[in-house]
Amino acid sequence: MRKKILIPITAIAVLVGICWASTWSKAAVSVAADVAARPGDPVHGEYLARAGDCMACHTVKGGEPFAGGYPFKTPVGTIYSSNITSDRQHGIGGYSFDDFVLAMREGVAKDGRRLYPAMPYTSYAKVSDADLKDLYAYFTTRVPASSDANRRADIVWPLSIRWPLAFWDRAFHDDSRFQPVDSQSAEWNRGAYLVQGLAHCGTCHTPRGAAMQELDLSGKTSLYLSGAALDNASPINLRGDAGSGLGDWSEQDIVALLQTGRDPHSAVTGPMGDVVEHSTQYLSEGDLHAIASYLKSLPSRQQDPAAFQASDATLRSIMAGTATGAGASIYIDSCAACHRQNGPGASRVFPSLANNPMVLAAHPDSLIAVILNGSRLPSTAGAPSPLAMPPFAWRYNDAEVAELATFVRSSWGNHASRVTADQVKNVRAQLKH
Amino acid sequence: MGNEAKRMATIRKKHTGAVIVGFGWTGAIMAIELANAGLDVVALERGDNRDTIPDFAYPQITDEVKYSARQALLQNLAKTTITIRHTKGDVALPYRQFGTFKPGEGVGGAGTHWSGVQSRVSPDELRLYSRVKERYGEKFIPADMNLQDWGVTYDELEPHFDRFEYVCGTSGKAGNIKGTPVEGGNPFEGYRSREYPVPPLADHPTGRLFAAAAKSLGYKPFPLPAGNASAAYQNEYGCQLGPCNFCGFCSDYGCLNYSKASPQTTIIPALLRKPNFELRVNSHVTRVNLDSTGKRAIGVTYIDAEGNEVEQPADMVILAAFHLHNIRLMLSSRIGTPFNVDTNEGVIGRNLCYQYINSVNMFWDRDVYINQFIGTGGGGQAIEEFNADNFDHGPLGFIGGGVIWGRQTGNGPVRGVPLPAGTPKWGTEWKQAVVDNFLHTGRIESQSSSLANRAYYADLDPTYKDAYGTPLLRLTFDWNDNDLRSATFLGSKVMEIGRAMNPRSMSGRVFKPGMHWDTRPYQSTHVCGGTSMGADPKTSAVNKYLQSWDVSNVFVLGANTFAHGIGYNPTGLVGGLAYWAASNIRSQYLKNPGPMVQA
Repeated sequence: MRKKILIPITAIAVLVGICWASTWSKAAVSVAADVAARPGDPVHGEYLARAGDCMACHTVKGGEPFAGGYPFKTPVGTIYSSNITSDRQHGIGGYSFDDFVLAMREGVAKDGRRLYPAMPYTSYAKVSDADLKDLYAYFTTRVPASSDANRRADIVWPLSIRWPLAFWDRAFHDDSRFQPVDSQSAEWNRGAYLVQGLAHCGTCHTPRGAAMQELDLSGKTSLYLSGAALDNASPINLRGDAGSGLGDWSEQDIVALLQTGRDPHSAVTGPMGDVVEHSTQYLSEGDLHAIASYLKSLPSRQQDPAAFQASDATLRSIMAGTATGAGASIYIDSCAACHRQNGPGASRVFPSLANNPMVLAAHPDSLIAVILNGSRLPSTAGAPSPLAMPPFAWRYNDAEVAELATFVRSSWGNHASRVTADQVKNVRAQLKH
Repeated sequence: MGNEAKRMATIRKKHTGAVIVGFGWTGAIMAIELANAGLDVVALERGDNRDTIPDFAYPQITDEVKYSARQALLQNLAKTTITIRHTKGDVALPYRQFGTFKPGEGVGGAGTHWSGVQSRVSPDELRLYSRVKERYGEKFIPADMNLQDWGVTYDELEPHFDRFEYVCGTSGKAGNIKGTPVEGGNPFEGYRSREYPVPPLADHPTGRLFAAAAKSLGYKPFPLPAGNASAAYQNEYGCQLGPCNFCGFCSDYGCLNYSKASPQTTIIPALLRKPNFELRVNSHVTRVNLDSTGKRAIGVTYIDAEGNEVEQPADMVILAAFHLHNIRLMLSSRIGTPFNVDTNEGVIGRNLCYQYINSVNMFWDRDVYINQFIGTGGGGQAIEEFNADNFDHGPLGFIGGGVIWGRQTGNGPVRGVPLPAGTPKWGTEWKQAVVDNFLHTGRIESQSSSLANRAYYADLDPTYKDAYGTPLLRLTFDWNDNDLRSATFLGSKVMEIGRAMNPRSMSGRVFKPGMHWDTRPYQSTHVCGGTSMGADPKTSAVNKYLQSWDVSNVFVLGANTFAHGIGYNPTGLVGGLAYWAASNIRSQYLKNPGPMVQA
């Protein structure tokens, strides 16, 4: 989610050239008077900051919390997250509540600078006035000040000019609050509010358009949360698709995954591990169930209904000694020790490879990245073991990894597309930095 | 030595509640129990940090040269070792190459590279002195045997054995639940309060053949309890194990599969989350510091990775290093009276014991297929007809006994492929013999008790010092008559079962009277005794709660607290005793620090 979200600089440059030379004005901040008047609740604000996983992007490894400086690599250079501690000079300690709201909902800093949409203000626009007030109270009164100065983006002029971002905002940003759906339960509405708003799940899980805009921010279409390809990963389809989505998952499975990083179907990999570690494991049972309830309500995208049909043919051929292809051979040698020969692995310890949305994702990048890099589960209160898989990039070349990934995506009843050596090559190149 | 010159001024660390010396099984157990009780806990480990990934990652961990031949997970003998002699009249020499036993080093200690056999103790063995006196009369006890009760009962320990097994996710089949016999389990075992956490491991071919032969002879084979999980498991701390895949890399290796119970798999992930716990590795403790009265510990001194001398003040000191190092720390810190072999008085170093292994390889023709490409450390089948006092010793004239098992722990080209007697050690004939036998061989063994003999003990070596300038621990030890007769008897039973397995030939090591301890071939790492627990401070170093009789804020864990050797493998008893001590520290000592038993 956070690392190298492609920032649409190039698209913006094009837009600048061809776009309507329309007038635009700095968005007005509108906040309910009673909320503006009351003090925020910083304790609730801290909880909301967890839900928004602000820590993930605004803290560098080993650095002071929320002091910024986290790098996002883009095709035109690297940008860095901001200091959002209570420091008046370098952080947001000098922000008024209106300034804070403007940044959160419009992506405009106090000094009028446009923020890159790596900051998910397109989702945070949905957050209620009251919650923003609590977040504001938390960041400006409870987060210890850090004097780390904000780091300028390593982008060359003229691409570093920020005002054209206003055109992107004008085209793609919808500054409207979350609207509850009366026909749905309070739990569903709570889940939708969190998923579309602070938790900004769509940032990674919704496919993006040509200008890198999320194609649906409000769950209006079946594109919403239907899986994406991003940043060496293929965030899974969170809709009701069997196999490649959460169609076969129970609400409790979703809760368990968000709480502990593991459930009987799968285990988190890549950036989702950080999300569980820093954000979702801290959410209340009620909020996790609300999120799960909302996700379970999303109908299938129905792209690939036959992604999984249980079959013991693979197990039988391994046992019979007839699974002799390159992918099968590598699997038996390097993977079966833990994941076993039968597909389901060992529940919550060695993730199932059969009927696992990560394995069956339309884009195989996550699977490739895990094979190359290995993976480590977050240590959480409910599941402290940081179970890990070792890397195999050193052992297998691109063609071999492609064969292995193809075998995994087509065994035990899995029916996902072949993986090519070029796809592995691309992921490997990015993993090398 | 070199380190001395480079050593800088002493660094003094912030005071802590408990400092734990050594971070293997007992250190990890005590650390999490005391941290959960709210104490600030610092653990000091002389070796490196180690975790499943990256340290035991497949396929690198399955390197027989690195781990079996060069013993990468074992103690660094170039820095510190022991000296060994057979009798007090001999000159002891340093143990410079691993042979007879394999002390561990690094986070997890021997708990990372153990096999996994996880038994408790026979209830009789905890009061063997009383039992022998009652059944055979006091005169039955050899004059040179320091046989004594342990001061703790099986009833007291049972909940803690149970707890340790449920932490480890032990695979097994109960034979006695609260006094009710259970079909399929060990009919001789001490009662257990419930079934094992997960079922026994599947039987490998060696276990199957062993069980069939044992049954044909009228014995009652049972699945060995194994710290190698047969199924996915999550313990009370939330830590998880995955099912064992029978890869055969257990002893000498860290488990690549999160299957073998170890501090890493069962405790450390939960412990590292606790803000009141701190682990410092590459921290070699040289002594426990006492106050001017010598009756109270004020902390420990250690040497850190840079060679600095560091002082760690603490309210309590827990000695949780390997057996040998615990004894040495007691001696070099002057805690308790050293054993005097001439007067049989004193307690530190007394009752040094070990264990006896008879090991027989069987070779079949090609019609008997033993898949030696699989193996597991703890799994297998065993009998206990000849352990502890499960049989009448009267006509046999010795005390003690042991278990007999068929295990299949993993063979390999570097570790050694068992071959029939007379096979050349290399060359064409050796290669052909490997081809002919690898898939048609199996091993059965007995493991029997070593009972305390007053001639054998541990003290500080007068000549040799380690890299830190501390005298080495000196072991004076040899096989003794009682134990050799016991081991010889067990050997005859091994051969009896072996013959019933109908091999083409058998060969191996079987004890005979008059043999001496040879420190070169591997025997067992089950060295024990030396800082015995007991009810009498004249014959024991620690009381029933493993608290030093002399310095009441020092607790001593590990097999060094055994009053004498046992038939079973020690890990289950070591872990159970650690939970027992921790439980009593929490319920009694922390509320009212001081001696928990009045001498």
